[in-house]
Formats: sequence, C-alpha cells, structure tokens
Amino acid sequence: MSKRHIVVDPITRIEGHLRIEAVIDENNTIVDAYSSSTMFRGIETILQGRDPRDCGLLAMRICGVCTGTHYQRSIEAVEDAFDITIPKNARIVRNLIQGALYVHDHLVHFYHLHALDFVDVVSALSADPAKTAEEARKWAGVAGVAPYTDGEGEFKAIQERVAKFVKQGRLGIFGNGYWGNKHYKLTPEQNLIGVAHYLQALDIQRDLAKMQAIFGGKNPHPQSIVVGGVTCVQDIENPARIALFKQLLSDGTKFVKQAYLPDVYMAGTMYAAEATDSKATFTELIGGKGVGGTGGGLLNYMSYGDFRLDDTGFYNAKTLFPSGIVYGGDLSKVEPVDHEKIAEDVTHSWYEGSEPLHPYNGQTIPKYTGLDKRDDGIAYLKTGEKYSWIKTPIYNDTRVEVGPLARMIVGVASKDERITKYVTNFLKRGNLPVSVLFSTVGRTAGRAIETELMADAMMEWVDELAANAAAGDLRTWTEFDFDKVSVKTKGMGLAEAPRGSLGHWVRVEDGKVANYQAVVPSTWNAGPRDYKGRMGAYEASLIGTKVADPEQPLEIIRTIHSFDPCIACAVHVVDTKGKSLGVYKLDSQCSI
Amino acid sequence: MAERIDGVRKLFTSKSARVDTNRGDLYYQQLFDTCRARLDALREQPAVNRLDFESLLSDEGQDRRDFMKWVSAVTAMLMLPPMFTPLVAEAAELMNRLPVIWLELQDCAGNSEALLRSDGPKIDEIVLDIISLEFHESLMAPAGHQAEKQLEDAMEHFKGNYLLFVEGSIPVGVGREWCTIGASGENFLDHLNRVAEDAAAVVAVGACATFGGIPAAAPNPTGAVGVMDVIKGKPVINIPACPANPANMVGVVLHYALTGQVPELDSLLRPKFAFGYRIHDNCERRAHFDAGEYVEEWGDEGAKNNFCLYKMGCKGPMTFNNCSIIRYNEGVNWPIGVGRGCIGCAEPDFWDKYAYERPMANANIKAPTGGVEKTVDQFGLGLLTAAGIGIGIHAVASAVAGKKEEGGEG
Repeated sequence: MSKRHIVVDPITRIEGHLRIEAVIDENNTIVDAYSSSTMFRGIETILQGRDPRDCGLLAMRICGVCTGTHYQRSIEAVEDAFDITIPKNARIVRNLIQGALYVHDHLVHFYHLHALDFVDVVSALSADPAKTAEEARKWAGVAGVAPYTDGEGEFKAIQERVAKFVKQGRLGIFGNGYWGNKHYKLTPEQNLIGVAHYLQALDIQRDLAKMQAIFGGKNPHPQSIVVGGVTCVQDIENPARIALFKQLLSDGTKFVKQAYLPDVYMAGTMYAAEATDSKATFTELIGGKGVGGTGGGLLNYMSYGDFRLDDTGFYNAKTLFPSGIVYGGDLSKVEPVDHEKIAEDVTHSWYEGSEPLHPYNGQTIPKYTGLDKRDDGIAYLKTGEKYSWIKTPIYNDTRVEVGPLARMIVGVASKDERITKYVTNFLKRGNLPVSVLFSTVGRTAGRAIETELMADAMMEWVDELAANAAAGDLRTWTEFDFDKVSVKTKGMGLAEAPRGSLGHWVRVEDGKVANYQAVVPSTWNAGPRDYKGRMGAYEASLIGTKVADPEQPLEIIRTIHSFDPCIACAVHVVDTKGKSLGVYKLDSQCSI
Repeated sequence: MAERIDGVRKLFTSKSARVDTNRGDLYYQQLFDTCRARLDALREQPAVNRLDFESLLSDEGQDRRDFMKWVSAVTAMLMLPPMFTPLVAEAAELMNRLPVIWLELQDCAGNSEALLRSDGPKIDEIVLDIISLEFHESLMAPAGHQAEKQLEDAMEHFKGNYLLFVEGSIPVGVGREWCTIGASGENFLDHLNRVAEDAAAVVAVGACATFGGIPAAAPNPTGAVGVMDVIKGKPVINIPACPANPANMVGVVLHYALTGQVPELDSLLRPKFAFGYRIHDNCERRAHFDAGEYVEEWGDEGAKNNFCLYKMGCKGPMTFNNCSIIRYNEGVNWPIGVGRGCIGCAEPDFWDKYAYERPMANANIKAPTGGVEKTVDQFGLGLLTAAGIGIGIHAVASAVAGKKEEGGEG
C-alpha cells in the first residue's frame, strides 16, 4: 500500500486553531480524513456560577468574528429561561446588528479568507488591464448588473500597486503561497479581478462593520444587548443614525451585487468541473445517491431558523430563515427540528464522558490524551482514540452539516418564497443545475446568495424601525423580576449564526448559572468521528478529493475554507512513516 | 479581602497612572533630538521595503494635505507638541521597514478583526505599504508546512528587529499542553518563547494577551496568563481592551518607528498616551454625572436623555482608556454612546471585577480566585471607595496642573 499521510497544521485564514490530517492513495485521492481543534479555553466552565444576566458579554468572547451572534444567543437563552418577550424595537435592532454581521462576515470570508484558494495573486501581474475590464463586464453581465470595477485604468492602477509591493522583495502574508499550483484555474485577467476586489473589499468591510457599531456601540464585540431588550434608544430615534445605516448598507449592497456575485459566477464557472464531479463525492464512495461534486460531504443539512419577523416571541414567530432538516440532499422533503434530538458525544474528544448528552446536561471536563509525537518531529492525531477539543454534535443519531448552504437548502425544501426566489435566480442566471450546490463551490455560492438576500431584507427592516420610532414607540426593554424567576429555571437560545446553527443552553439555580453549554456551527461541521465512527462534515467533505500536488494542500484548504471555519489551524505533508514528502524550498516560484 | 482593596486603591493612586502632558521645553527638545537621530539612522539603513511615499499617496487618490491632517491627529494622540508633527510624518514614511509577526494563542481573533477595521491608516495600506506583515494566521495565504516556513524565514531574516504582536493568553497551568500549534504539536508557551527570543519588542494586544482576559477569568481552567507573565528581559507593551482599539495599535507602531523606543508606559505596561486617563474624565455623559442625573433602568427617561450610566454599572470611573475620545469604527460610536456602561475591559481581571450591568454594590461578584465568595457589601464598598478616591484625585490633579500653568512653569 502506498498510502500517504498529510498533516496540515496550522490551517490558516480561519479563526482559531485547526489541524487536518488526510490520507491519500497512490492516485493522490483522499481516502481518509480527520479534523481536530488544538486549543482549549474552558469558557463554559468559566460561565458557571455567574449571574445569568452577565452571560452575554462573556459568551460573546467565544468568538471575535461572529461576536454579536454569541452575544444575542446567550442573552436569548436567559430570556427564554425567564420567559421574556422583547419589544419590537429590540427585535428589529437585534436583527439589524445580526444582519450586518452576516453581510460583513460573508464578504470578509469570501475575499480575505477564501479567495486565495481560487485566485492566484502572482498570475494577476501578467494580466492585460484592458482585457480585464472586458472580463469584468462579462461576469457582471451574467449577474445582470454593471461591474463594480470596469475601467482599464482602475485595473491598471491596482496591478501596478501590487507589482510595486512585490518588487519590494518581501511578500509578507502572501509569501510562500501556492502560486502556480495546477489547481488554480482562473486566467490572469480573472485573477486580477479577484485581486482588485480583494483590496476593495478591505475598504467595504470596514464600512459594513460600522453598521453594527451604530446600534451595537462597536465592532468587534458590540455592547448594546441586555436581558430584556437593547440599550441604544438614542440611536433608534436619531434620523441621522438611520440615514447613515442606510447609506452604509446601500454602498455595501452595491459591492455585493456588482462584485461579489459576479466573482462567484466567475469562480463557479471556472471550477464547474469540480462542482459536478459526482465521482469524487463521499456518498459515491459509500454507495450513496452520488449527487453533488467535490467537497459535497454529508449531504444532510440542518437549520434552526432565525431572524424573527414578528413580535410573537421565541420559537413562535415567522422567521426569515425557516427551521428544518434535509437528509441526503433530497429537496423534496424537509423535517422539523426537535431540540430534544440534539446531543453531544465525546468519544473522540478530549473530554470525560461515556454517552451522548443533551446540552442541558452536557459536561465540559477536560481529559487530554495528547498527540502521538514521533522521531521525525511531526506529531500525529491518535485517531483511534480522542483527537480533538471539539465535541461531536449528533442530531437524531446522525451527522449533519450546518451553514449558509444548509439554510438555502432547507429554505428551498420548505418552499420558502423568498429563499427559493434568490436561489432560483442565481442558478438561472448562471445556467447551473441545482446539483452544483452539493459541493465545495456550492457551499461558497450558497453563502453569496444568502448575502444578497440578507442585504435586501435589511433595507426593509431599517425602514420598519424608523417608522416604529417615528410613530412614537421608543420601548427598548421589557421589565422582569430577576429574583422571582431565577430560583430554578432553564432556557435556550437556538438560532443561526453566519456559519450555521448555533445554540446556547443555560440552567439557572438560585440566581446563578448552574450549567452552560454552547453548541456552535463549527462544532457541527468540524467535530471528530462519533461513537459509531461516523465522520463529521469537514472529514466527509474531503473524501474523494484529488490533490494535485501533495506538497501543497491547496484542495484541502479550499474545501475546509468553504465551511468558513471558526477555529485556526495548519497543514503538513508527510508519509505514513512520518517522513517528509518533499523539501519546501524557501525560494520556490512563490517568492518572486 | 484587604489585599484586593489595597490593590485596587493602588491602581487609582499610583503616580504612574497620571499623565504629565507638559514636561517642559528641555524634555521635549531632548526627545526631539532622540527622534531626529533615530529617523536619520533609519533612513540610512538598507531598505527592506523602500517605497516612494509621495507617489503612493497620489496612487491612493489621497493628497498630502489629508496625510498631514492624519499626522497631526496622531501627534496629538501620542501627546506630543506640534513641533513633532514633521517627525511623525517622516516616521510614517519610514514605517515600511518595520517587520511585524503576529501570533494568535488562546484568542478569539477579535483583535485581528479590530485591526482590519483600522481607518487611519487603513488595513490595505498597513499590509501593503506600511509595515511588513510577515506572519498572521488569519490573513496569510499559505497554510501548514508553508506557513511555518514563512514564520521561520521571517524570524531568521529580521532577527532582532521584528515587532512581535501577540493576541490571546498563554496557558501555563494545567492546560499548558492542551493548546498546540504546528505539525510538531508545539505548545503555546514554547511557541511564544521561541518566536519572542529574537523580537525587538513584544506587543500584547487585547485583554487576553495583556492580563489573561477571558481564559484567565475564574476559575481559570487552563492556568492562562498574559504575555508579561511569560516574557522577561525584553520590552513588553500592553495594549489592553476587548478588543484593543486599532488606533492604539497603530500608535505604538508609529511611536516605535519615530523613537526606536517603546512609548512611556504605566505600571501595567500600558502606553500612557492611550491609557493615561480615565474614561470617566472625558465621557460625553460626564455633565450628567456631576449633576446627579442617572439612568435608573434600561429604556427609562434617563436613558432617552443620555443620562449617566453609573447606576447601571458603568465602570468608566475605574477604567483607563482613550475610548471616550477616539471611539470605535472610525468614531461612529462607543459602548457608552450606545447607552450601555463601560465594562472596564482595559483593566486587569475585569471579568471578575467589573463585567456586569448592575451598580457595584448590587453586584453578584464571583470570587476572582474561584475560592470563597466575598460578601457583596464588603467588596462593593471597597470598590466604591476606590472610585471615590480616584475621582477625588482627578479633581486635585486638575487643580494642581492648573496652578502650575498659571505659575508659568514649563
């Protein structure tokens, strides 16, 4: 057998610390994969014994990227426990803070965390600016818009700026990239479009973050949400604030429609062969239906639902994203989500525990068994035992994927009018079959579709908020008797984060947190094997992927990045005996 | 108990916590000469990333006047007199020689995100034109082996000259082996020590890297500490807050370029230009505090009228930071602006001391050590007393400063 073992640690351009190990066969096809998080902080333990009203601020720091989401989920878990329904203004403000995060986060993900898996920066230097402008018009045309950047001069200026940077001799964060790898498929002109938008998106994201600061005080880590409502009453009634919000939103929406979506069409088309390569899928290998392409993975998709559109309270209101679960990529059926069926297993996680537990009863007791360190200086996961700080969430005794793609798929399967319209429009314009969604490229497309939908929906919400304040309703908080309800109670904040289904569960006794558990999107997707040895979404999505150059883990990080991981990690390539497959030259073609 | 109150009191009364904004002509002339010599030396150095700043400005569609406006604002933020403005401009132009390595340890990436929101200069200018950002896990193109190679290459190439930014705390207790990075499974402590060894200075950004932050909150499950508890015998600069304000990160880099030295620090190693005064001192709601007008409940009439948030648990009087002046996200807003009190995030142990929304005397405080819980009355009283002393001292200090000026000193 000439199987080889690839270790990637750290996986970069993600948030957090993540390690991926993959085993490839003689054809460089991945036949086995393991996902491991290598950092522990113990936030659930730190929350125990605190005042439940303070959980939000603290739980928010689980992540510095989707900060507002954890904040809100945590506060909602406490509100659910205390049976509080928040006022209309608070609901809309929270939706706006959250919506701003979606648009901001998806944009940063596509351009700054994911694009370099598709875009070869070095190749952009040899592009013809005139042809680039033509190319930009072509892809904008597919999306039915004018291009965000179409002037030859503009592309030329950006190209010169990058060339000047390169000429300085040090590539900084772009040094040692996989430039020139065979699996980069864009033309030099397309690469220049990607680089131009990468730089412009740095500007746009800064403005999009201001939307969250308007009602949240700052970004990252906003501060205006409290148990019972929000505190930003002055910002709600100030017309200048509302006007600024709308201006920032409309500028951001312009970029989403005229740059982001056309770029996804461009990348999607150029990488279409992979999106429809059904031979490469995990399901094919295990004898499933064989839909989808490279990176398809589990094909079970779940969404808790989110963004309440009326004031009937938690879990009763109509939501922007419906709740549901779709099994095996079968869009004809959708089943309701029952939170009682959620459990976390720690068979392969560095924690004590013997059986899957519902989060209300979940435990977080470290039991670290370490890595298998070998003489070659490489450490390996003990994959037969415990190998990650991430637990293994299980729904109804099966593994599921969560995220923007899952929300779009559940929306379409639920026949949600708005979601179906956006998804259908996207596929029609790109002349793409629905099956392309079940792939790495599809996961990236699903996120782009959702970004446009969210940007449009938010404009309606700002107007709703302004109208409500203008009508004289300035209520932002619902009173509650903390001492009365906090003797013994429990609650959950179950909704969606940009990266997928997010739940916070809190049990309160004598005014203090008795137990706290959070099951985050990346736990669902990045979790290790479960007690039955079944793979998680990251692991499953890598199976069947062909790696062009085992020394350069480009395809691995491309698929892993399509999930937008909230855990940081790295990749190394070694053989099963732990011998390095190749010597990494300091001055390879990437160090121009 | 007594020890803790003493500690808090010391924080407010220590001389180092006050900023001397007027040190006399002689002091500034000497500093000016130091900076001049430093910049001349920098200019003589073989260029790492030499670039034509003038043409850069025009490429950016930004003219010299905009640049100088920004420069004079930065000069003021660094608490330097206007005579330093041309030197700051020169330092900004020479900053592209500063190699930076950014490590993420027990972090949430909040400070990396904050850096992305930098507006003066903007993040693309920082990365492409100003510093040489050699290693940053959240932004860099390569992964795995190639990423590690990039780090080694930068450490070797810039030996002794790079600034090391650290985000996140370091577990040194029971969790020491629980956090690893890289193919070899190196733990965070070893990783930090190795990369810090050849750094010119170490900059700890955010609450976690400075004072341990959230991982160090009781009961500190991993035994997390800040950078200054690990790195000895090398300059360490703390830029706390959760997250650190990007303006303060840029301020430190600029100051280093300008002087070749770390900025003047307080007893907690925080640059005085940013952490030299209380949030309360410059708060837009301060007049309401003085008038005794408070928000008493979320969403009440006081809240609608921007009254003081002290009774809603605002820790502005206990917290040293410049957010009441520079705010966040290009000045769009800040926590007190949004009607929610300060949680004291630039102070040590704030998760266990300050991060709650009720008046201090009503706080259900968790014992910082994880041991026996203090009674609320005792603890609250201690803190309130300290705050009172702090506020009193502020008044006295202002009066004294005023008198000195009148006397023609400096």
